[in-house]
Amino acid sequence: MPFREGPLGDLKVPLTWTAAVALIVAVVIAVAFLLADRRETLQQQAYGVTRQTVDTVAKPVSGVIAAPGRWTGVGVDAVRNYFFAGSENARLKAELKEMRTYRDKYLALVDENERYKSLLGLKTDPPIPMVAARVVADSRGPFANTRLADAGKEKGVVVGNPVMNERGLVGRIVGVAPGASRVLLLTDIASRTPVMIDRTNSRAILTGDGGPNPKLEYLRGSEPIQAGDRVVTSGDGGVVPRGLPVGAAVKGLDGRWRVVLFADSTSIDYIRILLFKDFAQLADQQALAAKVLPPVITENPEQSILGPARPATPPPAAPATTAPAATTGTAPAAARPTTPAPTATRPAAAGTSAARPPATTRPSTTSPAPAPARTPQ
Amino acid sequence: MTGARPLNPGRWLGVPMLFVILATILFAAPIRMWGLQLPEPIFAMVPAFAWAVIRPSILAPFALLLLGLFLDTFWGGPTGLWGLSLLVAYASVLAVRNMLTGQSRPMLWVWYAGACALSMTAGFLFTMMDSLAMPSLVAVFWQFLATALLFPFAHRLIDRFEDADVRFR
Repeated sequence: MPFREGPLGDLKVPLTWTAAVALIVAVVIAVAFLLADRRETLQQQAYGVTRQTVDTVAKPVSGVIAAPGRWTGVGVDAVRNYFFAGSENARLKAELKEMRTYRDKYLALVDENERYKSLLGLKTDPPIPMVAARVVADSRGPFANTRLADAGKEKGVVVGNPVMNERGLVGRIVGVAPGASRVLLLTDIASRTPVMIDRTNSRAILTGDGGPNPKLEYLRGSEPIQAGDRVVTSGDGGVVPRGLPVGAAVKGLDGRWRVVLFADSTSIDYIRILLFKDFAQLADQQALAAKVLPPVITENPEQSILGPARPATPPPAAPATTAPAATTGTAPAAARPTTPAPTATRPAAAGTSAARPPATTRPSTTSPAPAPARTPQ
Repeated sequence: MTGARPLNPGRWLGVPMLFVILATILFAAPIRMWGLQLPEPIFAMVPAFAWAVIRPSILAPFALLLLGLFLDTFWGGPTGLWGLSLLVAYASVLAVRNMLTGQSRPMLWVWYAGACALSMTAGFLFTMMDSLAMPSLVAVFWQFLATALLFPFAHRLIDRFEDADVRFR
């Protein structure tokens, strides 16, 4: 039976009210989506199938749209190179002259570094493999700063991989799909990166806020930073490797320390995805897990470099000449029969004990009384 | 009674949605000229304002929700952020719809800018609650400015469909 012929066929509901109900339902759905979102967890599971599908579809579409812009950029570069070849050549010669000095220093330091490593038996992190990718789309708004790169699961990219361009750190991977991956930029409001000031080794957290210059938060130490200081990754937490260049420190208009990103000095057309795994992840955790724990051995106070342990009770108020003899003569020797050997073999033990007596004899360190008290042991 | 004919949803909802999606994809191209990037306006604010002015609708809120979800997934933002922000602006304009009828073009532009500001403020607050951090006010302002400049498109959409259904004039 058609609806209009039924008992509810004559029911008239004002469109304004039904529109209001539809609006409320839509708002409830949007709120549910927002509450269920786990984007900030930066986990692969949080990057759902929908996002993966959109990325996979958007990659070729955005790639086609971005192509004219890329070709235009290449053309402009070619024209500029043609007209400014002379000045460019002079600049490059000056730079090459400067770099030759750095090269000699670099080779000497590499050699010295290698020798130190071999002497110390130092085990350094293995080299990090990289994947090159092209950016096909980006978002630059205050609430989301991401890039879509055209390299995905098939190239071994996983969530958490750091991303760089030729100048510095760009961000890290937050979503991987077949043929595409999503890069969360350092400027995104959800981005938190452990960094340090290269000059002082002071640690900080680089926090994005949607603007071009992310903030340095939780700076520690007195005078830890100056304008122009180089900021690099600290490697803390194993999220990104240590020492990747990030930017230069500047004081913002709001009085907070911020970072001018090195990566922003060039266009982020091509990026390198570092297939980085924390060194701790490379180790065989099962082999490292101890099957049998070693026995617990408490420290022997007689052999400790700090000297015998002090009792919790304060020294007696008795005269100094009698009390030390009683304590040193009985308590330590009776408690540990093996310990007197070192003191017995050392003729100067009396002098030593006088110089660093146990706590019970401390009041009488100025008197020679303890020395004869130890001789019977 | 030709004036009472219902609007074709494909024409007044579907086509603008398509244009919004295409414009968003187009402006997401990673183009940088002389160190400057393309702006990133919220194209979906155009239908969010115009649809509320044209007439109340059951489908329009869900169309806006879909647009918002597309923006979130395409831009990589929190899911539901733009859907909710657009619906806040849509609901506000719908509530004052009677006051907007017959307004001049500059005055409508002011109202549109107000709707944009409301939507951006909502996005700002939702992001603060979601990320527990404050977005850059300067970045929010630039996006607001780029979005407010899109009013001619909203006015064109209103002009095109405002008189299509006389029941809601």
